[in-house]
Amino acid sequence: MDPSIDSFRLFPQQASTTAGEIDYLFFYLLAVSVFFTVLIFALIIYFAFRYRRRADEEFPRVDVQNMKLEITWCMVPFVLMLVMFFWGTDLYARIKRPAENAITINVIGKQWMWKVQHPEGVREINALHVPAGQRIKLMMGSEDVIHSFFIPAFRIKQDVVPGSFSTEWFIATTPGRYHIFCAQYCGAEHAKMIGEVVVMEPAQYQAWLGGAPHDESPAAAGARLFETWGCSACHGQRAPTLAGLYLTKVPLDDGSTVIADDDYLRESIIEPSAKVVAGFPPIMPSYRGQLSEEQIMSLVAYIKSLGAAAGPSGVRATPATQPVNGQGPQFLPDFPPARQPPDIRPDRNEKGP
Amino acid sequence: MATLSGHLPLVPAYETPETYLNISHTLRSWLLTRDHKRIGLLFLFTITVFFFIGGTAATLIRINLLTPRGVLVSETDYNKLFTIHGVIMVWFFLIPSIPATLGNFLLPLMIGAKDLAFPRLNLLSYYLFLISGIFAATMISLGGADTGWTFYTPYSAAFSNTHVTLAVCAVFVNGFSSILTGLNFIVTIHKMRCPGMTWFRMPLFCWSMYATSVVMVLATPILAITLLLVGIEHFFGVGIFDPALGGDPILFQHMFWFYSHPAVYIMILPGMGVISELVTCFSRKSVFGYAFVAFASLAIAFVGFLVWAHHMFVTGISVYSASIFSMLSFIVAVPSAIKVFNWTATMYKGSIKLDTPMLCAIGFIGLFTVGGLTGVMLATLGMDVHMHDTYFVIAHFHYIMVGGTVMAYFGGLHFWWPKMSGKMYPESWGRITACIIFLGFNLTFFPQFVLGYLGMPRRYHSYPAEFQVYNVLSSAGASILAVGYILPLLYLPWSLRWGKAAGRNPWRATGLEWQTESPPPTENFDEVPVVTEEPYAYHRLVAQNGAPLVAGNPPPTPVVT
Repeated sequence: MDPSIDSFRLFPQQASTTAGEIDYLFFYLLAVSVFFTVLIFALIIYFAFRYRRRADEEFPRVDVQNMKLEITWCMVPFVLMLVMFFWGTDLYARIKRPAENAITINVIGKQWMWKVQHPEGVREINALHVPAGQRIKLMMGSEDVIHSFFIPAFRIKQDVVPGSFSTEWFIATTPGRYHIFCAQYCGAEHAKMIGEVVVMEPAQYQAWLGGAPHDESPAAAGARLFETWGCSACHGQRAPTLAGLYLTKVPLDDGSTVIADDDYLRESIIEPSAKVVAGFPPIMPSYRGQLSEEQIMSLVAYIKSLGAAAGPSGVRATPATQPVNGQGPQFLPDFPPARQPPDIRPDRNEKGP
Repeated sequence: MATLSGHLPLVPAYETPETYLNISHTLRSWLLTRDHKRIGLLFLFTITVFFFIGGTAATLIRINLLTPRGVLVSETDYNKLFTIHGVIMVWFFLIPSIPATLGNFLLPLMIGAKDLAFPRLNLLSYYLFLISGIFAATMISLGGADTGWTFYTPYSAAFSNTHVTLAVCAVFVNGFSSILTGLNFIVTIHKMRCPGMTWFRMPLFCWSMYATSVVMVLATPILAITLLLVGIEHFFGVGIFDPALGGDPILFQHMFWFYSHPAVYIMILPGMGVISELVTCFSRKSVFGYAFVAFASLAIAFVGFLVWAHHMFVTGISVYSASIFSMLSFIVAVPSAIKVFNWTATMYKGSIKLDTPMLCAIGFIGLFTVGGLTGVMLATLGMDVHMHDTYFVIAHFHYIMVGGTVMAYFGGLHFWWPKMSGKMYPESWGRITACIIFLGFNLTFFPQFVLGYLGMPRRYHSYPAEFQVYNVLSSAGASILAVGYILPLLYLPWSLRWGKAAGRNPWRATGLEWQTESPPPTENFDEVPVVTEEPYAYHRLVAQNGAPLVAGNPPPTPVVT
């Protein structure tokens, strides 16, 4: 283990592909800021000395006005800020672009801990083990108030807002231990809602994953919930089938269409009447307040896994058009198939936890 | 006040002139006064009390953060402390600071009016402020609230079991005080200017007050509406912001910041107005680019309404809306930059004296520059993802609010103290204090920039050990800063009794307020002033009269502005 996590430093560690990019932008901003701060301080000190009052009766007979100078110092900062704007916005757009081909790890924020579940079912609290060099997508939800998942060494932060999914992604570069902080004030023990992200070499990560106690995978838990909550009684018969649904274009009863992404699936569980599929009666009850955040995530993971099961051969699994948010077709499973549990369907003999 | 009409400008020394201070001495005459100057002093006294309540909370916070484990207070108490600090400092000190004290006192004097347009409304504004202050004090004495000054839902509405309702009531009532003051100032500036006082002959302080008032009147109702909605949700279970009831917590943030970002300009614009007065007076030079500085205030007030979502870059708002708010945030930085350059250029070829107000003004320009530039950093989208909700943000807005507004407030208080009290404050003590504040401030808040970039989140009761060095530096700075803030509390009252008489115009400043007695009579001027010139005409003042103004005497010509 890297003992340096708690050591004094002037500048934060860089441990993700984003960190270096953010820091380059920071150095540009810092250079501009230092230049203008020094300029203003130097001018003030120089003027205060050079034009100091020598006699009480001294009234300089000058009135300096200069339009050209005025225009100059309107424009120069503006141009420098345009550079900041385009640089910063480009970086932001790339940070916020939905992750493709990523390992999806579920994270639940609740007062006052981070609950993590890997796709294989391994659970952690206030810790997150990840392999270096691989794109990790965090699928986040909150059980109570707004939290914010912040890893300074990765330069990423995302509020976790109750009532919706939040996501962020990163590619860790340097094995080691780094802080996880909750950045959004969330109540009494806000300052204790901290943890560690442990970046490992991929082989080490696999070994860690193999050695850790496995719980049900989110998809398997979702499949079980699908049965116990009686979803399977309707879906496929009176209600739309969910196999191969994920990321397809769904026609709605008002004539519009919607892409069946995570947010749509979530909404359809919590507020089924918001977007009703064309040709089906709006009979599904709302599950608001009945399912925990983790259960909603599990159900979505299960529906996703059905999409994956239908696979590229399934007609419905192929989106008719590009999704509106600009991301490419994403009907591949979020985690490499090799690491998928052999059977993601509920095992009838399997006992729930 | 018919007795005042025959009052001569030069009175024999044995006859004490009647002033707004000595015209009556009963408590009733103060509590029911309609004189803008007395109401200004009522505000001054009240916000000083709140400044020290908020300051005490800050002191306890800084002591607690001396050690990584935060041993002084419990977690809940710590959360209450930063909530009290934020609520008190924002609504009970910064927002009323310059407008309600200096603005109240000076605005009619500066435009040659007898009083504000609505003297009774002005008194009502004070009493609403006092009522809201009583709510706040009750909230604190009953145990406080722990939501942070931002009252983010769903925590505030559904999770916190502290005195959130009282805190919200305090802020709600406080808003009406703001609105009334703003309304009064707008009408006064439109309707009460003396003959010859055209818009472009107004001192820049009046322009900044005008811009501030517009923001107060337009933005504050949104805060009231937002808090009312929180109350409706809390008491009647109507789902507005709480996702458990079908509401949207991000909607609260949009509404809150739609008020609270413009409120940042309510806090800083008056400070900018003060600095324009101080820099010209102590450089004895006309302001560089009067129109640019005046319109910069209006531009800040206007664009300031369109940047609120830059507080929400990591909430999950779309890249498109984030980029628009980022662009607008850069645009609002331009008029601020113009002001900084213009103040600096005003010093060029001036006759500069580093008295206390000028030291404060110079401190303001430097610290505001740092605060503004770090604000530009935070407006940069990719950068904000890392810096958001860290100590970098804390340092940034304290450079604006404390390094900027409080510095300007202290500078202005010293500058106009002779006018308000008729007495000079001890200059050397003032200079020492200004330097202590500047040094203490930087030691307190500069380490927080480093701390923030390292990743320490705000509102943390305890923290990882590696951050301790910076926190200790910060707390050490805070102790120096505290000395700087306590000193004026000693020597300013001292000067009321032992300070030497100020005379009408101790700084030999232009501006109508310096043409009347110190302290002024209740109706401000013996005869209605007539303005014939643009403000800050220090160069022409000499050319016309052949000799500079003599302290304490009116100028030879009837009125020169």
